[in-house]
Amino acid sequence: MSIGDDLQRLRAQAVSQLDAAHDSAALAEWKGRYLGKQGELARLSRGLGALAPAERPAAGQQFNATRSALEEALAIAEQRVKHAAQHDAFEAEALDITLPGRQPALGRLHPSTQTLRSIAAVFGEMGFQIWESPEVETDAFNFGLLNMPADHPARDMWDTFYLDTPPGSERVLLRTHTSPGQIHAMRHHAPHPIRVILPGKCYRYEQITARHEMQFHQVEGLAVGERISLADLKGTLVGFARRLYGQAVRTRFRGSYFPFTEPSVEFDIECFLCGGDGCRVCKHSGWLEILGAGMVHPNVLRNGGYDPARVSGFAFGMGPERIAMLRYGIDDIRWFFSGDERFLQQFG
Amino acid sequence: MRVPLSWLNEYVTITLGVDELAERLTMAGLEVSAIERIGVAGAELPWARDTVLIGAILEVRPHPNADRLVLADVDYGAATPHTVVTGAPNLFAYRGLGRLAEPPKSVFAREGAELYDGHAAGRVKVRLRGRPVRGVMSDAMLCSEKELGLSDDHAGILFLPADAPVGMPLVDYLGETVIEIDVLPNTARALSIVGVAREVAALTGAAFRPPLPAVTAAGAPVDGRARVTVERPDLCPRFSLTLVEGVTIGPAPFWMQRRLTLAGMRPINNVVDISNYVMLELGQPSHTFDADRVADRHLIVRCADDGEQLTTLDGRTHALTPDRLLVCDPAGPLALAGVMGGASSEVSDSTTCLLVEAALWEPTTIRRTAAQLRLRSEASRRFERGIDPAAPPLAQCRLLELLAQYAGGTAAHGMIDLVAQPWQAPTIILTPTEVTRLLGITLTPAAIAGYLQPLGFGCTVGDDAVQVQVPSARHDVGLAADLCEEIARMVGFDHIPLTTLSDALPEQIANPVLELEQRTRDLLVGSGIDEAITYSLTSMAEVARLAPHQADAAGYLRLANPLSSEREYLRRSLLPTLLTALVQNMRERERTLLFEIGRVYLPRAGQTLPDEPRRLALALTGAREARSWHHAGDQALGFFDLKGIIEALLDRSNALGRARFVALRDDPRFHPGRAATLVIGAGADARTVGQFGELHPAVAERFDVPGSRILIAELELDAVIAATAPTRYRTISRVPATTQDLAVIISRDLPAEQVERTIRKYAGGMLESLTLFDVYQGPPLDVRQRSLAYRLAFRAPDRTLADADLANVRAKIIRGLAFDLQATIRA
Ligand SMILES: [Zn+2]
Repeated sequence: MSIGDDLQRLRAQAVSQLDAAHDSAALAEWKGRYLGKQGELARLSRGLGALAPAERPAAGQQFNATRSALEEALAIAEQRVKHAAQHDAFEAEALDITLPGRQPALGRLHPSTQTLRSIAAVFGEMGFQIWESPEVETDAFNFGLLNMPADHPARDMWDTFYLDTPPGSERVLLRTHTSPGQIHAMRHHAPHPIRVILPGKCYRYEQITARHEMQFHQVEGLAVGERISLADLKGTLVGFARRLYGQAVRTRFRGSYFPFTEPSVEFDIECFLCGGDGCRVCKHSGWLEILGAGMVHPNVLRNGGYDPARVSGFAFGMGPERIAMLRYGIDDIRWFFSGDERFLQQFG
Repeated sequence: MRVPLSWLNEYVTITLGVDELAERLTMAGLEVSAIERIGVAGAELPWARDTVLIGAILEVRPHPNADRLVLADVDYGAATPHTVVTGAPNLFAYRGLGRLAEPPKSVFAREGAELYDGHAAGRVKVRLRGRPVRGVMSDAMLCSEKELGLSDDHAGILFLPADAPVGMPLVDYLGETVIEIDVLPNTARALSIVGVAREVAALTGAAFRPPLPAVTAAGAPVDGRARVTVERPDLCPRFSLTLVEGVTIGPAPFWMQRRLTLAGMRPINNVVDISNYVMLELGQPSHTFDADRVADRHLIVRCADDGEQLTTLDGRTHALTPDRLLVCDPAGPLALAGVMGGASSEVSDSTTCLLVEAALWEPTTIRRTAAQLRLRSEASRRFERGIDPAAPPLAQCRLLELLAQYAGGTAAHGMIDLVAQPWQAPTIILTPTEVTRLLGITLTPAAIAGYLQPLGFGCTVGDDAVQVQVPSARHDVGLAADLCEEIARMVGFDHIPLTTLSDALPEQIANPVLELEQRTRDLLVGSGIDEAITYSLTSMAEVARLAPHQADAAGYLRLANPLSSEREYLRRSLLPTLLTALVQNMRERERTLLFEIGRVYLPRAGQTLPDEPRRLALALTGAREARSWHHAGDQALGFFDLKGIIEALLDRSNALGRARFVALRDDPRFHPGRAATLVIGAGADARTVGQFGELHPAVAERFDVPGSRILIAELELDAVIAATAPTRYRTISRVPATTQDLAVIISRDLPAEQVERTIRKYAGGMLESLTLFDVYQGPPLDVRQRSLAYRLAFRAPDRTLADADLANVRAKIIRGLAFDLQATIRA
């Protein structure tokens, strides 16, 4: 029996035992048994001294080769065991990824606020800044200075909440539109040019129904300066419609009447619900009324402190609730001021 | 205004299809809101030309087998009459009379005709098929209005006038298209057929045929046989009167009744119908008095005396005041001028002699009277908007023409026509420059005139301007801007180009208040709170439910005309309406977090208008985290959740360092031990900015949610915004921080804020941050004690702190706590 044969046998036995080791404890035990100071390899090495000096180098090489082979086999086995353990751990830690996630608690902006912001963003890029004015107004600002003297038939267009004021004092009311802000803005800016939008709450003396609210928001727009024309009004509003409803939106302007603009127009967009074919929402016209507009009436310019012979201007007004109702398909305006979470949590 | 196209066609040739015509009118500002087709192609029930015809009923014979049916022999233009089996009750009177001398005309429908089922509820289409009825073949019928779709009347067959042409397709005789125009306050001209005709002519290029009534005034002169006195020429710019004698009251002709019905008015008798017909046609209301019931045939226009009374045609009696304008006779009031006639001088079946009034009234007077007495009428609607000053004599001529034809009257020669305020046609100089300035299009003077003339404007074209004469029918036009609107309507608004603003950009000004308001919304939304917007109007009951001490109506602005008692007062706080919304949500869900940013309305002594400051309100209830498989949802939102939101807001405004929270014990809205007042600033600048805390249980009971824990807050948003300080960058140190924990045992009543302040006082500049991480009461501490544990982080900008430095600071803090607060340190 040569040492070589012994090593051969040891190696075969060790490798086969290693294959049977399936955890780190078994590996440690195997390492002690074969590679440890008291292990099999060490035990065999003690036989080296008995060899003839000429045989020793060859035997030494065989010893080293065997040690390397066993160490390598151990390294591979350790990898194998580690992977197996990790695999088990992964299995154990596996999640049902179809369970609902942990959503951060995020609130939602009111749909009117969201719509107001979209409108303000578009006009902001065109240089229109936000200007705010009071909700409680005098009759003069809401009507008179807007070219509607007392008993003007156009006052029928706005059913008005009046405040209980002492007899003989000036009539005070809840503004029926944001247009009084035009006078405030003009008086503040005159004689300089103006480009503002005036968002805010308005009120109408109207029975509350699915389509009519006593309270709603409006966004008024006003541009006053030299050489402002109806063509500029058209360009501005078509630009706005494209931003809000897409590049391809079809629009139209048609004649209308507001006491504080001359000429006056209604601005319609093609009904996006029926593609212009006509449906219940567009009253089968194929068009949706989005806003009213016009060139600021010379009397209003004068009341604002401008010379209508020198400057001109345009104004427009729209309702964020109406825009939101069309955009989201909301069928009842009363939800807007209900504070009802079933409504609020649908938007944003 | 409902416009039957056959009527319109008398004054203009309609060259466009109905839809195209409606489109042109709509685009030009006369919005066509509906098109109604009756019998014609496109109608819901078209009357076929070959099967629905005018027939003459030659004879009505008994049915051989049925008492409730008759056989009618109908001539409908064919070689032989056709026998119809019918049960129409209004034919039974003719039964057995033999050959009728004046065969009544009706509508004959042959087999194949499509009609509505007369017996079905609603409108159900059926096709007429032949079938034997009680042994007699029935393959045709005489039609009721319901079967033709004219009305819901199925009481009998429709009789047509005696001159209706036998065999004519019904569609040629009664077929009609009616367009309905929404009349805006400035388009009074669209309140007459002739006014619409002029618009149509101008818009389509067709010729306008002005009305030219033919009058034969065969009677004796009116002068001396009737009198008019206008005491208030300021309120009655024009008053015209004619006298018609020998009239016979009866029904108006069929065609006139039909047109009135189509236009939305109810036929009454020939005289009333003619007056209404002329009003619809020319836009000038008129009034007919029974001349024999007018004392002295003397009409007097004056204001009412206090205490006078008048019973109007609708049977209501009005107590009059001096702001009511009347038409009277020497004996007393006869009519409310321009609004409604009186019962005493009403035309009756026995009337033979008429005084016909066509006047102009001052619009405001009419408007006030009609509105205050709730007597809005077709006449007042026209007077309010203003009437063509030239209309009264034209209307008189048309009235006399029709009265002569259809009421048998003889008109007295001449007309009383008192013109107190003659129409003066304004002249407007319009330059192409002005048109370009306002519309953005370039037109020559000739082109301008070309657009205005068809609308009736007189134009003198110069080299660089057009001199425009405004016709009386367009008294609404007074400025160059008005003419530009007319040009834009004629050009078509859609033909005006799109340009961008090219004037100087106004100075752009920062609006930090608005930006901070928006940021506040974003922060709250980021904190998981939904934005609500509630009503600005509330009631004292709603206010009292939250805060009885604030429900004093004297401090509130009140509506003079509230829609309901629930929305009567302008709110002074957002909380009552927001809390109502929160509680309503609690019926559906346990957890609701709402905020609102809006204005409140505070009356100011000596000022017409209130102050409208911005407020922020919060209302929260339910679990801190929504219940899910992640969270049991068993921890309720509490005071410190609300305080934390407010702290975060202040922190982001860099105002937390200047804020103080003061216990609020005596506000009945709040739990007395769980509420605070927020104060910002110190000393003379200190300002109370709001209150917040847990809702008082009594309030929850009043809101019908007893036992619910609800948190509410209201802050003066303007003050929070004003307290905002700019953010400053602090150099980030590369030196590591060192932390120390310190558990302080204090008397239980001592506010934590004082401990923190004391630590900061003694810690010096090296204290970078201080975090309270534990609050403990219980053994081994005395029951009157509690322990607050802080983690303190120290850092020097330039060096790592030595143990000795820290030991010094720590000792100093401990001594300070012991000295100031009698605190001890927990080992
Ligand atoms: Zn549609």
